[in-house]
Amino acid sequence: MNKDPNVLVMGQDVGYFGGVFRCTEGLYEKHGAHRALDTPITEGGIMAAAIGMGVNGLRPVVEMQFADYIYPAIDQIISELARLRHRSGGEFWSPVTVRAPCGGGIRGGQTHSQSPEGIFTHVCGLKTVMPSNPYDAKGLLISAIEDDDPVIFFEPKRIYNGPFYGHTSTLGNGGSNVATSWSAHPAGEVPEGHYKIELGKAATVREGGDVTVLAYGTMVHVAEAAIKSSGIDAELIDLRTLLPLDIEAVTTSVQKTGRCVIIHEATRTSGFGSELAAEVQEECFFHLKAPIERVTGWDTPYPHAFEWEYFPSHERIIEALERTLAVD
Amino acid sequence: MAQPQQQSQAAPLPNEGQQAPSPYNSKLHIPKASSRPGETPDFSQLQIPDAGHTEKPPIDTDAVAMQDLAYGLIRVLDDNGKAIGPWAPDLSAERLREGLRHMMHVRAYDERMFRMQRQGKLSFYMKCTGEEAIAVAQAMALNGGDMLFPTYRQQGLLFVRKRPIVDMMCHCISNAKDNLKGRQMPVFYSWKEGNFFSISGNLATQYSQAVGWAMASAYKGEDHLACAWVGDGSTAESDVYHALLFASTYKAPVILNVVNNQWAISTPQSFASAGTTFAARGTGFNIPSIRVDGNDFLAVYAATQWAAERARQGLGATFVELFTYRSEGHSTSDNPEAYRAKGEGQAWPLGDPIERLKQHLININEWSDAQHEQQAQELKDDITRDWKEAISYGTLEEGPHWPVQSMFDDVFKEMPAHLRKQRQMMGV
Repeated sequence: MNKDPNVLVMGQDVGYFGGVFRCTEGLYEKHGAHRALDTPITEGGIMAAAIGMGVNGLRPVVEMQFADYIYPAIDQIISELARLRHRSGGEFWSPVTVRAPCGGGIRGGQTHSQSPEGIFTHVCGLKTVMPSNPYDAKGLLISAIEDDDPVIFFEPKRIYNGPFYGHTSTLGNGGSNVATSWSAHPAGEVPEGHYKIELGKAATVREGGDVTVLAYGTMVHVAEAAIKSSGIDAELIDLRTLLPLDIEAVTTSVQKTGRCVIIHEATRTSGFGSELAAEVQEECFFHLKAPIERVTGWDTPYPHAFEWEYFPSHERIIEALERTLAVD
Repeated sequence: MAQPQQQSQAAPLPNEGQQAPSPYNSKLHIPKASSRPGETPDFSQLQIPDAGHTEKPPIDTDAVAMQDLAYGLIRVLDDNGKAIGPWAPDLSAERLREGLRHMMHVRAYDERMFRMQRQGKLSFYMKCTGEEAIAVAQAMALNGGDMLFPTYRQQGLLFVRKRPIVDMMCHCISNAKDNLKGRQMPVFYSWKEGNFFSISGNLATQYSQAVGWAMASAYKGEDHLACAWVGDGSTAESDVYHALLFASTYKAPVILNVVNNQWAISTPQSFASAGTTFAARGTGFNIPSIRVDGNDFLAVYAATQWAAERARQGLGATFVELFTYRSEGHSTSDNPEAYRAKGEGQAWPLGDPIERLKQHLININEWSDAQHEQQAQELKDDITRDWKEAISYGTLEEGPHWPVQSMFDDVFKEMPAHLRKQRQMMGV
């Protein structure tokens, strides 16, 4: 925002208050009410206004208070934002970034826990990002803002304050954020100043030879812990950007290991894991030694009382790893 | 008629955040809040008509002919607790005491549940402190067959309709006796038996559904109306305008309420009010629209009765702005001192609904301070007893809950094969 006066943040409670998850704290004081713009509660209206502002030269960064609240804006996103460049023959575009806290693990019930990334990767014309750590979040967010195409930027709310490794038995107080912190994590350090992480580039979190694990967001940490406790020599890839997908990183790894387990928190059917499985079999069919496994949320609305039974657990991840390794 | 709630000045921008100088006059207007931390709360600019001042039109009055009521404020109780004017309802002392008891009961319940959330027994909670008169008086003015489409701050409806408190608590802690089977966050009640629609959690979505429900009632030739609520902030959602247009077009038997409690989490009502009243926009849809002192039990009751009669006489919808104040935070997840001046609630000029009705009852020699205190203690004890019973059926953290595999039920009426397979994969 220092670098480009045309960048502004807008959304419900993002201005004076600094956002319900404190993501825009201090921007109002530093940049003014017009650049940390509080809005009425109308996601469709916010989205439409952002599109118009983007067409007129600004770079709006919209906060949807929860990813679950994005649906009233979906016509504006799917029919307008995503297609504007294409339908106008390249005459108009709107470089909006939409930030949305997603995912469960905070006892948010069905309207504060969803992971709708698969809906947006299905729409042509949108880039879709989900970081798993603070260092990546900043670098990817700057890339998203500077990108001339619209980007849907999901922020897993479970890991705002620290990594979550999926050890649910130690959680108290309704499973809300426990005292984990990013300070001990290598990617918890966020440098001052401008840096970018290119959209469409995955990161290898852990190298391994026996099986490739594809994950993003909170699940990167859960998968990492599960792999560690299983003792399995798995290679863990954090996709970071879902679309455009870093297919090269994925295929290089799966061609090496010959096995693939996909993990996401979103519901299973037509989830992004389905797309990943299809891509992997297209690119790596003759290298595969076992069926591709998916560990996902169940095809039910996110249940308040059964968060941890819904959430892909260590147990389910390890079972999937063992199943794929059991096939010769 | 004076228009209250004017916000015509742009917020002062912080020094470093000034909009860049421009040779033109164009400038983005940012509405102001009633107060921010460090400021002295001041509601002196509000135009509040005297109790008894606002006329009461016949129920078949045309929306435009009565548009003054969209800018006025129906008030019955004056500052001394006296009921005056054409809107004073004909309510027995017994009914008034019943209303007072319900409001006190709601407050005792809210206080207990809030405390239990702070102790980690609930994942979340939302109080309606200062707004109790709205749900309680409205439910009392309606018939049992009328369908309620509430938001998360009308728990008083359930008290009037006599939902067992233990059942409400069991929902809030997702235990084995939760009628929502552990699926919903606390306070998103549903109670079909009491004609209380399932609260979604998404804002304003049910406002327009209420109109559809009312259209069906008219279609079938029934006498039931629908009553829906939305907050000041949520009026920004397009669903509200879908509701108004359908209600107007089909003259649906519905009461559409806007609870203007001044705050939407940290965002003041000025971001949704367009610098005028909320009731004003109903007139644009040619729906009779009234503005009511939401902290005045008698005014809320009378206005609801008037609107209900219109609906039952086939005269269509009424749009009602209930002018009130959210005394506490939005929920257990926010601290209001971070975004509004401390003590703003004490500065609210329309008082507390419980205190005002209590004062009225004492004035007419139908109540006393001693009775009031005794009742408050009894209700508190009742709530303590109910809580103990509720947790005997299970707690959020320890259970027992519904069986975990029940999460696969009710996704569809009959479970398709892929869900049966997933349930098997879960291993339960």
